[in-house]
Amino acid sequence: MTTSANVLHGDRDLQADVPDRRPRRRGQRKTVASWIFLILCVAYFALPLVGTLIFSLRAKPMLSAWTDMINDPQVWSTLAYSFVIGIFTIVISLLLLVPTAFWVRLRLPRLRPVVEFVTLLPFVIPPIVLVFGLISTFSRPPLPLTGTSLGSDVLLVCAYVVLSFPYMYRAVDSGLRTIDIRTLTEASQSLGAGWFTILFRVILPNLRVAILSGAFLTLAIVVGEFTIANFLARPMFATYLQQISGNLAYQPAAVALMSFAITWAAMGVIALIGRGSQTEIEVTGAH
Amino acid sequence: MTDSVSTLDARSAPPARVGRPRFRWTFLGVVPFFAFATLFLVIPTSYLFIGSFKDSTGAWTVQNYVNLSGPVTSNAYLTSIEISLVTAVLGGILGFLLSYAVIAGGLPVRIRTGIFTFSGVASNFAGVPLALAFIFTIGRTGFITVFLTNVLGWDIYGSGFTIYSKLGLEIVYLYFQLPLMVLIIAPAIDGLRKEWREASENAGASTWQYWRHIALPILMPSLLGATILLFGNAFGAQATAFALTGGFINLVTILIGGQLSGDVLGDQNLGYALAMGMVAIMGVTILAYSWLARRAERWQR
Amino acid sequence: MSYLTLTGIKKRFPGGTVAVQDFNLSMEQGEFVSFLGPSGCGKTTTLRMIAGFEQPTAGTVVLDGADITDKPPNRRNVGMVFQSYALFPNMTVAANIGFGLKVRRRDKAFIAARTTELLDLIGLPDKADRYPWQMSGGQQQRVALARALAFEPQVLLLDEPLSALDAKIRISLRAEIRAIQRKLGITTVYVTHDQEEALSLSDRIVVMSEGWIEQIGTPFDIYNFPKTPFVARFVGTLNVLNARVVDATAGRLDVGGQEIRATGAVDAPTGSSVSVALRPEILAMGDGGPDDLRLRGTIEEVTFLGAVVRIRVKLPGDAGVASVDTFNNPHLAVPARDSAVTFSFPAEACLVLDVAGRDAVAAAATAI
Repeated sequence: MTTSANVLHGDRDLQADVPDRRPRRRGQRKTVASWIFLILCVAYFALPLVGTLIFSLRAKPMLSAWTDMINDPQVWSTLAYSFVIGIFTIVISLLLLVPTAFWVRLRLPRLRPVVEFVTLLPFVIPPIVLVFGLISTFSRPPLPLTGTSLGSDVLLVCAYVVLSFPYMYRAVDSGLRTIDIRTLTEASQSLGAGWFTILFRVILPNLRVAILSGAFLTLAIVVGEFTIANFLARPMFATYLQQISGNLAYQPAAVALMSFAITWAAMGVIALIGRGSQTEIEVTGAH
Repeated sequence: MTDSVSTLDARSAPPARVGRPRFRWTFLGVVPFFAFATLFLVIPTSYLFIGSFKDSTGAWTVQNYVNLSGPVTSNAYLTSIEISLVTAVLGGILGFLLSYAVIAGGLPVRIRTGIFTFSGVASNFAGVPLALAFIFTIGRTGFITVFLTNVLGWDIYGSGFTIYSKLGLEIVYLYFQLPLMVLIIAPAIDGLRKEWREASENAGASTWQYWRHIALPILMPSLLGATILLFGNAFGAQATAFALTGGFINLVTILIGGQLSGDVLGDQNLGYALAMGMVAIMGVTILAYSWLARRAERWQR
Repeated sequence: MSYLTLTGIKKRFPGGTVAVQDFNLSMEQGEFVSFLGPSGCGKTTTLRMIAGFEQPTAGTVVLDGADITDKPPNRRNVGMVFQSYALFPNMTVAANIGFGLKVRRRDKAFIAARTTELLDLIGLPDKADRYPWQMSGGQQQRVALARALAFEPQVLLLDEPLSALDAKIRISLRAEIRAIQRKLGITTVYVTHDQEEALSLSDRIVVMSEGWIEQIGTPFDIYNFPKTPFVARFVGTLNVLNARVVDATAGRLDVGGQEIRATGAVDAPTGSSVSVALRPEILAMGDGGPDDLRLRGTIEEVTFLGAVVRIRVKLPGDAGVASVDTFNNPHLAVPARDSAVTFSFPAEACLVLDVAGRDAVAAAATAI
C-alpha cells in the first residue's frame, strides 16, 4: 500500500483457470462395497414378493387368483372388519393416552416413569401371553366376555389397545415434547378456555402429525395381527388368510400381496405426514 | 375420560402445590388409563402369575416351575432361544451393515429414504402373509426351488433343506429382524460424528484402528442393546412360526398356543408357568436393553 | 527458509462450488498465522487441505521440504483441534491424549509420561481419569489441544477452537493457547471469524473472502493499512461517509459540502462518488493540530460505553453520520445533543473506498 489515498478496489483480477488434478478417490471402494451389499439385501427382500407374485400368476387362467380374490366377499368383509376393529382401537387408544400423556407432562411429572413403564409392558408380555391371560380371565364370571361375539370383539379391541400402548404413547409423548404444552395451556387459560377446549382445540391440533403416525402404525399392526385374533376366533383379515392358505391354491398369494400393500400404504402415509415435522416417528413392531 | 379431566378446576391448582386434598384430585386425570391397564394387562397377567404357583387342587406350589425342566418345555425354551439368538445376531450384523451402508456408505440420499421406509414396512410385515410369501418362493413348489431344480439341476429339498424347519424359520425371521435393526441402529450411526473419524486420522490412526478403538466401542452399547431387542422380538413371535410350520416346530409361543387351544401339556398350571417363564425372559431382555440404551445416550451428548 | 508452503491451492467441490481460489502462503517455522474471514470464505477448507481431509483441486502443500499434497491425513504428522472438541467419548482424558502415541505403537511408559507432561501443560493434572462428558467445554478443548500436541506434530491446526465457548473462557483460553504455542515454538495455523482473536494472537493474518485471499499481513498492517474495502470493513469498526471527488490528482474530496484533502492522488475520476472510511478511535473532538483534516456537524447522540464515550456526529447533506470515540473523563462535560461540533483526524487515517464497495461498506459499518 503506497499511499492511503489510493482508492481500494473491490473487484479482483481474473486469474486463468488452473487445470484440475485428478481427485483422489478415498471413498470409492467403500461406495462399491455399499452398493453390492445393498443389492444383495434388496434381492433378499424382493425375492419373496416376486415369488409370491409369480405363484399367484401360475393359476389357470393366469389372473384367476386375482379375480377370485376380488370376487371373494369374505376377503372384503374380513378386511372391513379388521379396519373397523383398527379404528375402534385407535380411537380408544387416543382417548386413553392423549389426556394421560398431557396430564402427566403438565401436572404429574413424578408419575411419568410409572406411565412409561406400563406403556412398555406389552413389549415384555408378548401377544400370545396376553391373549392367554385375557382368555383365562374373561372366560368366566364376573366378566365372561368370550361367551358372546360382541364380548369377544370388545376383548379383541381392548387387547389391541394394549398392544398399541408403546407406539401410541411414544408418538404422543414425543409430539408433546416438541410443543411447549405448559405455555400453550397457560395461554389458553388466560384467554378463558376450559380444559375441554384446551385439550381438543389447542393441544390435539398441534399433535396432528404425532397422532396420525401413531394411528396409521396401529392400523397396520391391527390389520396384520394374527395371534390374538386367532385365539379369540374373530374373522380378521389375517385369520382368514391363514384359513384359505390351507384349502385354496393360488388365491392366498394374491391376498398375501394385498396384505403387504396395505402395510406399505400405511407406512407410506406415515412417511408422508412425517416429512418436514420434527416429531420422531416410531416404526418398529413386535410379532 | 374427558369428563373426569374437565371436572377438575386446575386453574386454582398450581403445579407446585403439594397440599394434600388438591394433590389427590389431580390423580383423577390418569385414572382411566390405569384402570384400563389394570383390567386388560395387569389382571390377566396376574391371573397367569398366580396360577403358575398353584397345583391342580388350588394349593400353593413351585412345582410348576420345576416341571418346566421337563423334556417338552425345556426343549421349547431352548429352540426359542436358539432361533432368537441366531436371528438376532445375524439380523443385527446384517442390519447394522445395511444401515451403515445407506447412511455413511456414499449412496444417494434417495436410496437412504427408500430403505428406511421399506424397513418400516418389512419390520411390521410379519405373520401369515410373510410365512406364505416364503412358502410360495422357496417352498416345495416355490419358484426358486423350481428354478434351482430345473435350471441348475440342484434339488434343494432333495439335499435336505426345507422351509418348514428351524433353518427355514430363521431365514423367514430375518425378513423382519434385519429391517428392525436398520431402524433401531440408525440413530447411533447418525450419532457417529465425522470429527471423531477426522480426529483419529489426524492422530495417525488407520481405518482399522479407528473402528477398533473408537467407532466400535462407541457403538457397542447401541449394537448390543439393539441385538437384545431383536432377540426379544423373535422370542415373542408366534404368528409367523405358526403359519409357516403349523405348530411343527416346538417354540415356547407355539407351545403356549397349543396349550391355549387344546391343553397339549395336560396341565393348566404348567401352561401358566410356561407363559411366566417367557415373561421373565422378556423382562430381563428389556431391562438389559434399557440399561444399555441409557449408557449409549450418555455418549451421544 | 519457509517451513509450510501452500502454492496455487484451489478447491472445487463436486457440486461445482469453488471454495478456495489460488491460495499462496509461506510460513516460517514457529510462526502463528490466522486465517480470518466470514463463514464460507474458504478458511476452514484451506485448513482441512493442510490436514489432508480435503484434497486440493490444484496446487501443492509442502511441509519442511516434503510435498504432502497427496499424503493421507493419518500419515501427515499434523495436529488438529476441532471447533466441537471431537474428543473420543469412550476414552478417558488420558487415553484421548495418548491416542496418537498409541496408534504409533509407542511403549506404555513413554505414553504415560508424555500424557502427564501434557496434562501439566494444559493445567489439568488431576483430570486424567475423567471422561469428556464429565468436563466443561473449556476443559474439553484444552484436552483436545493436548491430544493434538501429544505426538509432536510439525504443524498445529486450530479450527475456530474457541467459538463454542463462553466469552470469558474464550479470552483466557486464547491467551493460554498463545502461551503454549510460544513455549513449544510450534508452527500454528488458526482459523477464526473473530477479528479480535486474530488481531490479538497472530504473527500474521490472512484475510479471506469468497475463496480469495484479500490480504496477508501483520495485525498492525491489516488494521491500519487495509488493502481492500473488504479488509477495511471486516477488520475493526469503520465510519463510512459519502463523498465526491473534486480533484482526483490533488486528492480533493467533498464531504457534505466540506472539502478534505487526501494524502495523494485519488484513483477515481473527478466528479465520481466515493466513500471515505474513518476509524472511530482516530477521530478527535475539536480542531486538532494544524495539519489535521476537520469536519463539522451536529451531535445526533451520545452513548456512554464505560471507558469510552461514543459521540455520533451528523454531517450536513447526505454525507452520513460519524462516530467519534473519546475516552471517558469525569472532569469533562459530555456535549449536548444537537450542538454543533468539529472533529479532526490526520490525513493518513482517511481511507478512500471505491463506489463498487460502497453499499456493502456502509451496511457493514452500521452493523458493527
